[in-house]
Amino acid sequence: MNLLGKLSWSAIPFDQPIIMGASGGMILGIVAVVAWVTLKGYVPYLWNEWLTSVDHKRIGVMYIVLALLMLLRGFSDAIMMRAQQAVAAGGAQGYLPPEHFDQIFSAHGTIMIFFVAMPFIIGLMNFVVPLQLGVRDVAFPTLNSVSLWLTASGILLINISLFVGEFAKTGWVAYPPLSELKFSPGVGVDYYLWSLQISGVGTLLTGINFVTTILKTRAPGMGYMRMPVFCWTALASNLIIVAVFPILTATFAMLLLDRYLGFHFFTVDAGGNAMMYVNLFWMWGHPEVYILVLPAFGVYSEVSATFSGKPLFGYRSMVAATMVICVLSMMVWLHHFFTMGASASVNAFFGVASMVIGVPTGVKVFNWLFTMYGGRVRFSVPVLWTLGFMVTFVLGGLTGVLLAVPPVDWQMHNSLFLVAHFHHVIIPGVVFGVFAGYMYWFPKAFGFTLDESWGRRAFWCWFIGFHLAFMPLYVVGLMGMTRRLQHYDVVSWQPWLIVAAVGTAVIFAGVVCQILQFVVSIRNREALRDVTGDPWNGRTLEWSTASPPPTWNFAFLPRVSDRDAYWVQKTVARAKQGQSAQPREYEPIEVPKNSPVGFVNAFFAVVIGFALIWHIWWMVALGVFGGFVTFLVFAFRDQEEIEIPAKAIARFDRDHPAEATP
Amino acid sequence: MRHGALGFLLVGAAALGGCSEGVLDPKGPVAAAERLIMLNSTGIMLAIVIPTILATLGTAFWFRASNTRARYMPDFAYSGRLELLVWSIPIMTVILVGGVTWIGSYDLDPPKPIASAEKPIRVQVVALDWKWLFIYPEQGIATVNQLTIPVSTPIRFELTSSGVMNSFLVPQLGGQIYTMAGMVTQLYLQADYVGTYRGMSANYSGAGFSDMYFNVNAVPAEKFAQWVVATRDSGSVLDAQSYATLAKPSQAVAPFSYRAVAPDLFKSILTNLTTVMQSGEPLCLAFLPSQRVEK
Repeated sequence: MNLLGKLSWSAIPFDQPIIMGASGGMILGIVAVVAWVTLKGYVPYLWNEWLTSVDHKRIGVMYIVLALLMLLRGFSDAIMMRAQQAVAAGGAQGYLPPEHFDQIFSAHGTIMIFFVAMPFIIGLMNFVVPLQLGVRDVAFPTLNSVSLWLTASGILLINISLFVGEFAKTGWVAYPPLSELKFSPGVGVDYYLWSLQISGVGTLLTGINFVTTILKTRAPGMGYMRMPVFCWTALASNLIIVAVFPILTATFAMLLLDRYLGFHFFTVDAGGNAMMYVNLFWMWGHPEVYILVLPAFGVYSEVSATFSGKPLFGYRSMVAATMVICVLSMMVWLHHFFTMGASASVNAFFGVASMVIGVPTGVKVFNWLFTMYGGRVRFSVPVLWTLGFMVTFVLGGLTGVLLAVPPVDWQMHNSLFLVAHFHHVIIPGVVFGVFAGYMYWFPKAFGFTLDESWGRRAFWCWFIGFHLAFMPLYVVGLMGMTRRLQHYDVVSWQPWLIVAAVGTAVIFAGVVCQILQFVVSIRNREALRDVTGDPWNGRTLEWSTASPPPTWNFAFLPRVSDRDAYWVQKTVARAKQGQSAQPREYEPIEVPKNSPVGFVNAFFAVVIGFALIWHIWWMVALGVFGGFVTFLVFAFRDQEEIEIPAKAIARFDRDHPAEATP
Repeated sequence: MRHGALGFLLVGAAALGGCSEGVLDPKGPVAAAERLIMLNSTGIMLAIVIPTILATLGTAFWFRASNTRARYMPDFAYSGRLELLVWSIPIMTVILVGGVTWIGSYDLDPPKPIASAEKPIRVQVVALDWKWLFIYPEQGIATVNQLTIPVSTPIRFELTSSGVMNSFLVPQLGGQIYTMAGMVTQLYLQADYVGTYRGMSANYSGAGFSDMYFNVNAVPAEKFAQWVVATRDSGSVLDAQSYATLAKPSQAVAPFSYRAVAPDLFKSILTNLTTVMQSGEPLCLAFLPSQRVEK
């Protein structure tokens, strides 16, 4: 028996210069960062303050760091695909052979959805939701750290696949029978399945954590109808996570049983039915779109209200629309395969149901418009992202409703028109949203704002680049070009694909601007410093505390008497100006103790995942044992919380007068 | 703003660019009806989307902080009338497009026969790794990666796959349908004009997928008859044995034809997959929606 299972030197693609270059660069980068951290003596700080942190703010920041790093990876895949399709016309084969191109588009989709959009959204929710609710942490802080590190495990595994073995060549949906052992005997699909299983558990735990946090831990006085809209969208998003991620896990478990133990859930023979996978996958997959886009809608709501100097228009409509989308999102999955040959009644029902989601979404767009109406709109960068989103998204929504019409979908399904459509909603809808949120809450996290001019440049590059990159795809889609083509014979498609490649280059310029914005802002941080804790004249509670907020968030839990709680506080404080505030008695605060359990647990998750992928059974046992011991050690810990003395809190408040406002 | 215009320009150009090929240049009744639905739905939605874009930009511009003439209404956060309007505009749009959808889904249901005086030609389609097999059961011939059909005659396709799922699509004749192993889907298409139309697999199926396209030659009825006769004169016979050879994965296969086809080959392709069931009729066939429709 081979001790290393299927693993051997041939798993490393030494003969592929592109892959070796990419993975070599990645490994060098990691080694360089680790060496720098070690040489500078930052390891204890990093370990004690970040890696083992159970503070929701730091976990949020780490999620976003992961998302930004993976954005670079997913985007380099995009550049390679666009470059390939720009050249591989007529008889040309381009520079990527099918087995490599097929891995790239599969990795691009998987990484962008699971390891860019998800961690970015979850990171924002982590950072913002407890602060907006006026509480000191999420309901289960250590579990939160476990979630983060399980996501990181999935990310690590998917990146290992670049260097050791291969990634799936099935597309990011991994439909059987193609993803079954018979047609995909390599380890690619296993990398896909295990990395998503592991990170999926993390996401489910996040969902449970946030639903509990929002339902059970809010500042005194904050009834449901006084919650900021971002918290409502976070609630809806996490409810969907709790409802649908188990479906994904179960579906992947069935495919794993097929692949590992010879089951026949989705095989072509022995009564398996691949369409069952397709149904189940999209029962998770369509709600997933709303898991991502609802919190982004929340960001737009916060940004449009704050920068218009007005409350959000139609708060109750917004809440209703959010919850309607939350429920409807789970009733439309079949529109992803109208081409299956279902009966006319089924198609018609799911077509109309999909369009109905357009109603609450349309309501939201109009409400943002009326939020600006009568306001004093400051065109800061988050507002640019919001406006860019509004004008772009309505067209993306239009093509979406178009694809919800079954007869149109039969024509456009699986074409580049479809690819253009979902990028047209996900990039403005989700990506612009998280960028707006990143810019909006950055000063809260780090105490200084991000540079505006580089932010503007980044926005315009993204906005123009997006249109250049994706409008041509609508055109070639209408001309009959299907997705995932490694090369094509119709030369009249080529000019459009060259324009799309240029668009990708413009987006790349936008990404460079964002990196420069980050660097420039750090360099000028003293000039950009925000000492008030409220740089944008905000309305919600996160702006009432210092920037960055102390571990305990609020020395005194805020008392909420209306929507836009901090705005109300500020108005009251202005009215009482001159009266000396009552001196308050500080009390010690208990905060959860940092714990390495998430990190250690994730280490064993990677070991288990890697061992399962390569069939190294002893290592699987070792990993399971290690994970269990970690759990035992954590379960028998002596101390769960540490107490921050009242004096330290009083001193912090004296140094950061922003929070002294009652 | 001007980039929104750029977007429109590009979509407009799409309409022009698509004139010579693809979805916007239909050559049969199904594709023409689908294009009509597409244009109608787009028109209905543009009527609401364009004003919304303009209103968004106009509102943001007029209420900019530096505009002293704009009225600041810091408490304007609710208006019952506006809320009514805000909900009813999208509802009405969806009712309109939803109506188009409902009717279109029934009218253009893929297994629904096309009304015609001509008797439909049957073609059995098998998606193989990575080529298309077309069996003409009534003519007793078969072709690979090339489909010849008579114009103005409905073609009744019965489609399946040897393994991996593909999707059969000829944009200029009409929408696609999946080909799934062990199951049969049905699709009616018709070409109204003589010509050559590009067909392809729309669903990614592995390494050879990019070359899984074929030409549809729509020819006058008499030419079709001649072609059938000529095809019967050359090529080999497609039986279980030669099918097994053909079914082996191959890429970029040049079109060719078989002069004869073993009877019931299509059925055996379907049932061979399910022999393990040992139950006579393949299980999946019983669940076929398209078959249900026939009953």
